Amino acid sequence: MSSFLTYLISGLSLGSIYAIIALGYTMVYGIAKMLNFAHGDFIMVGCYIIFTVSGALSGNSIVGIIVAIVLCTLLGITTEFVAYRPLRGAASPLAVLITAIGVSYFLENLALLIFGADIKSFTSVIKWEGLTFADGNLRIQGVTIVTIVVSLVVLLVLQLFIKKTKQGQAMLAVAEDKGAATLMGINVNNTIMLTFAIGSALAAIAGALLCSAYPSLSPYTGAMPGIKAFVAAVLGGIGSIPGAMIGGLLLGIVEILSKTYISSQLSDAIVFGILVVVLLVKPTGILGKKIQEKV
Amino acid sequence: MALLEVNNLCISFGGLRAVDDFNLTIEKGQLYGLIGPNGAGKTTVFNLLTGVYKPNEGRIKLDGNDITRKSTTEINHAGIARTFQNIRLFKNMSVIDNVKVGLTERFKYSALEGILHLGNYRKVEKEMDFEAEKLLKVFDLDKEKDILASNLPYGKQRKLEIARAMATNPKLLLLDEPAAGMNPNETKELMDTIALVRKEFDMTILLIEHDMKLVSGICEKLTVLNFGRVLCQGETKEVLSDPEVIKAYLGE
Repeated sequence: MSSFLTYLISGLSLGSIYAIIALGYTMVYGIAKMLNFAHGDFIMVGCYIIFTVSGALSGNSIVGIIVAIVLCTLLGITTEFVAYRPLRGAASPLAVLITAIGVSYFLENLALLIFGADIKSFTSVIKWEGLTFADGNLRIQGVTIVTIVVSLVVLLVLQLFIKKTKQGQAMLAVAEDKGAATLMGINVNNTIMLTFAIGSALAAIAGALLCSAYPSLSPYTGAMPGIKAFVAAVLGGIGSIPGAMIGGLLLGIVEILSKTYISSQLSDAIVFGILVVVLLVKPTGILGKKIQEKV
Repeated sequence: MALLEVNNLCISFGGLRAVDDFNLTIEKGQLYGLIGPNGAGKTTVFNLLTGVYKPNEGRIKLDGNDITRKSTTEINHAGIARTFQNIRLFKNMSVIDNVKVGLTERFKYSALEGILHLGNYRKVEKEMDFEAEKLLKVFDLDKEKDILASNLPYGKQRKLEIARAMATNPKLLLLDEPAAGMNPNETKELMDTIALVRKEFDMTILLIEHDMKLVSGICEKLTVLNFGRVLCQGETKEVLSDPEVIKAYLGE
């Protein structure tokens, strides 16, 4: 029983990381109506920044995390400005999608060039040992607890930001009707830029948590979690913030439990299989809204 | 000086001249009507005035400033706000939040202050709430402020669209067929609302309308469009008795 609980909690922890990444995907999709396939690679960039800065400062990871958040935010803003904004009016939405894939490969190969292909061992940014329950039968690692708490805080702050601030309301307005929003004086470019900034900052936070839980770092570190977080966002209903959270947690738990009880080779197949089934039953995802038809 | 001056405005879509040599002068405080048969180019003129379409030729001046080819956002900041023929409220947002979206650009605090709920955030949000509620009260929508915009009855949705446009603090308000789909009672109420906007805000209004009772009832001057060209322009009474106008509307 206690071992099941341990696996459940570690699933929750992995799911929390997916959820934070999925929030970035879902916000950008909901507001800019594009899939930023380079989002996973922002995580990897964040990890390398923490790795480098912490290394240079002999293990001061707090500074590393702050630098990573700031630089990833700038990376997000720059990518949007240079690669995505010029294509926003393009005739086909495919143009910006392909560009996003291009940005993804660009970042991976840039990391390959700078840091090499060898896997770096990442020192966890969380030094706390964790808690022990039930006379030592149930031990929860510090990184697990921190991850879950951080993701809940992120979700709460984000919800409050969107519901209670003028920038958040502008995001909702742009998400619903970009044309009407601009005619009401909303600056759509700034709104989308802010969305990218927040999504990328979240990617840096997710990177710190991911590499603390799974301490190996390569140029491809962000790719798989990025894809899975995308699956989580679609599963929860892309464009929906609580949906991204639910999708992420669900995916993390399914992955860990199927790794433990079914087969570690099959776990990814099960994860993606669930996506297919959910989309067959409910194409808009768990919390996705029905697309309104114009009369 | 006129509030709005439009000279020689032209736009073509493919081979079609949708609007050709369009001229219009609106004085401050006027209530001006733009009428014409379906497909005459009335909404196209609105889209040109608000920057949704860029004209091939011509000039648009608002209050002495050239706003031709400015973006929709810039034109709104310069002082033109509008409503839409088919209502385009933010349906999934509450009534008050719709108005607050209109207020957004007039109130300032940084995104960081917003995320952390610090600094000017509380003060400015309070001011925005106050301003939004004041507007809703004028339009008699203050009791419905927390319900979703999509749950308002039709007539009130039209009202809310006007309130949202007024929130951007315009110099000129464009109303695109405000009475479309309304019954005579609702139209009567709308006329009262328009009169109220003029009185409360001293607003200059340009409206597109098919309802002749409304047009003859409240518009001071009219421009009639037909096939993208100005057919007739002048005082409402004279325009409506012009034989050319009657011909365009009723046929020979």
